[in-house]
Amino acid sequence: MKGEGKSKQKLAVWKFASCDGCQLSLLDCEDEILAVSEAIEIANFPEATRRVLPGPYDLSLVEGSITSQHDAERIRQVRAESEYLITIGACATAGGIQALRNYRDVREMASVVYASPQYLDTLETSTAISDHVPVDFELRGCPVNKQQLLEVILAFLHRRKPNIATHSVCVECKLRGNVCVMTAHGTPCLGPVTQAGCGAICPAYDRGCYGCFGPMETPNTAALTAQWKAMGVSDPDILRAYRSFNGYAEAFKTEAEKHE
Amino acid sequence: MREEPQILQRADFGALFTALQSRGFTVVGPTVVDQAIVYEELDSVEDLPIGWTDEQDAGRYRLRRRDDEALFGYVVGPQSWKQFFHPPHVKLFGASRDREGALRFESSNEETPRFAFLGARSCELHGMAIQDRVFLGSGYVDSEYAGRRENSFTIAVNCGQAGGTCFCTSMNTGPKVDAGIPHDLALTEILDEERHYFVVTVGSEAGRELLSELPTVPAAGPETRAADELVAKTAREMGRTMNPKGVKELLYQNLEHPRWEELADRCLTCANCTMVCPTCFCTTVEDVTDLTGENAERWRRWDSCFTIDFSYLHGGSVRQSAKSRYRQWLTHKFATWQDQFGSSGCVGCGRCITWCPVGIDVTEEIAAIREEP
Ligand code: SF4
Ligand code: SF4
Ligand code: SF4
Ligand code: SF4
Repeated sequence: MKGEGKSKQKLAVWKFASCDGCQLSLLDCEDEILAVSEAIEIANFPEATRRVLPGPYDLSLVEGSITSQHDAERIRQVRAESEYLITIGACATAGGIQALRNYRDVREMASVVYASPQYLDTLETSTAISDHVPVDFELRGCPVNKQQLLEVILAFLHRRKPNIATHSVCVECKLRGNVCVMTAHGTPCLGPVTQAGCGAICPAYDRGCYGCFGPMETPNTAALTAQWKAMGVSDPDILRAYRSFNGYAEAFKTEAEKHE
Repeated sequence: MREEPQILQRADFGALFTALQSRGFTVVGPTVVDQAIVYEELDSVEDLPIGWTDEQDAGRYRLRRRDDEALFGYVVGPQSWKQFFHPPHVKLFGASRDREGALRFESSNEETPRFAFLGARSCELHGMAIQDRVFLGSGYVDSEYAGRRENSFTIAVNCGQAGGTCFCTSMNTGPKVDAGIPHDLALTEILDEERHYFVVTVGSEAGRELLSELPTVPAAGPETRAADELVAKTAREMGRTMNPKGVKELLYQNLEHPRWEELADRCLTCANCTMVCPTCFCTTVEDVTDLTGENAERWRRWDSCFTIDFSYLHGGSVRQSAKSRYRQWLTHKFATWQDQFGSSGCVGCGRCITWCPVGIDVTEEIAAIREEP
């Protein structure tokens, strides 16, 4: 079996347009990471070390979205050197919060922000890694849940299927014993259309779900919107709810567009 | 031996806690958390939702103040007792590989507390009896469930009011705790102009033994009549009704009714209904490994027929559409359950109606299917 004895698995972490939060989730599990570094060789991990070992890599974890021509080429290189490629986080799986620019004129925004925008090499859009190269597994979340991240790495090491559920946040919410904020408090919640993974943190603290893990397996956004409207939520607020961290994920994107 | 109903004064209610605790029971019962009445461990009578009530309708629950200090002046909340017998997560076993490569298995052997359930309603007792048939009734006994269930003590409460989504009278599961349904003691809470007391009846030998220790006096005619009248009033107040007549055949004959398509438009496939239902029992198992791959554990957790993975077979999931998943839930509860376990899978508690985020109402759906398409 791979991952045993001398043949350490070579793992690389790659950063594209992102906030580094997902890499931090990996760093965050310090104890586990020490153990991880015995089973695998870290060939590249920008948040942890400057050392970069040459490819090929057994597993590449990719954080961030594609926002420049240079990155669009770099991700092809990473893919070519990686046996398995797993994207982590909302940026890599859906374009991230920076995909808000996909609805604006990028050049105009650049001219407002930068003194010399002519030096920028930027694409019109921020897009998911899977829009550019084939991806073996997508791990959702803004940021990813560190337990889920470890689970995916362990599953990879032992060549088994990762236990990553794709059902609603509501299931986790009920497993945790939360009181539903939507029905008991009248707080709008995206949990019914959002994929599980966070452990239903927000409803546990009296807030509606913000959709950090993107659309669940079969999201019925239209039905949830109808209920939100009955609760008095306005179109601009519905638009803002869907067009956030995962706003460029297909189901959320199309729902948001209905409220423009 | 005391067979006739007894009176326990509100002022003496603490003695019930003391008697249970001195017998080594962990008392669990209703308490207010996050603006709802949930079931948790209780230390004393003060932890009960004193003076609270609930308002319920499809997709809506609100906690409200009562104008009295009733201990049980509400109906059922988002949780059911199943979380104590059939917990959301259970470790089934661990396995490790020794140096020679042989596998060693260890059972979880977690010690289960002895629970005393305070405040179980009639529909909930019926729900427990249904889960007993599921987990203990066939040739395959679920030892996790059996261990938790065996050692428990149940103090039921006759409902003094019905909730907006209750329909136990339609399902013949309440609101009165019948002698035939397993329980240890049953209480009816009476608040009149001057007095606040409980009419207590015995449901088992263990109940009789515990009652003998409480400071009670035999109930007089007017007191038992007040208790009977209260439950009869509750029966007249049901928030919902459902015609159970021939519902099994009705559903079997209408598997392609156009209503299922309409439901697919409204249903979020979020699974809340199955999670809150006191009789739903479905689970999945997950294997976890540590880094070395030498140690593994198998965990069981609640699952639902609303998830895609639930019907996953080689090549894909059988129930892809929301229509097929909603139909599975409704037909299992009201029809196939009868063939499988000899009773309805629904006890009319109304939870799936209240806690559905979009307020889909099983009683309304069955009524719609009853109408000609
Ligand atoms: S609080 Fe949100 S996530 Fe939790 S059950 Fe309710 S709708 Fe679902
Ligand atoms: S189907 Fe609904 S009303 Fe019937 S027992 Fe389950 S949760 Fe209660
Ligand atoms: S309704 Fe669904 S979740 Fe509930 S017991 Fe039946 S198959 Fe299981
Ligand atoms: S009926 Fe309601 S609670 Fe059940 S899955 Fe559909 S939307 Fe969720």
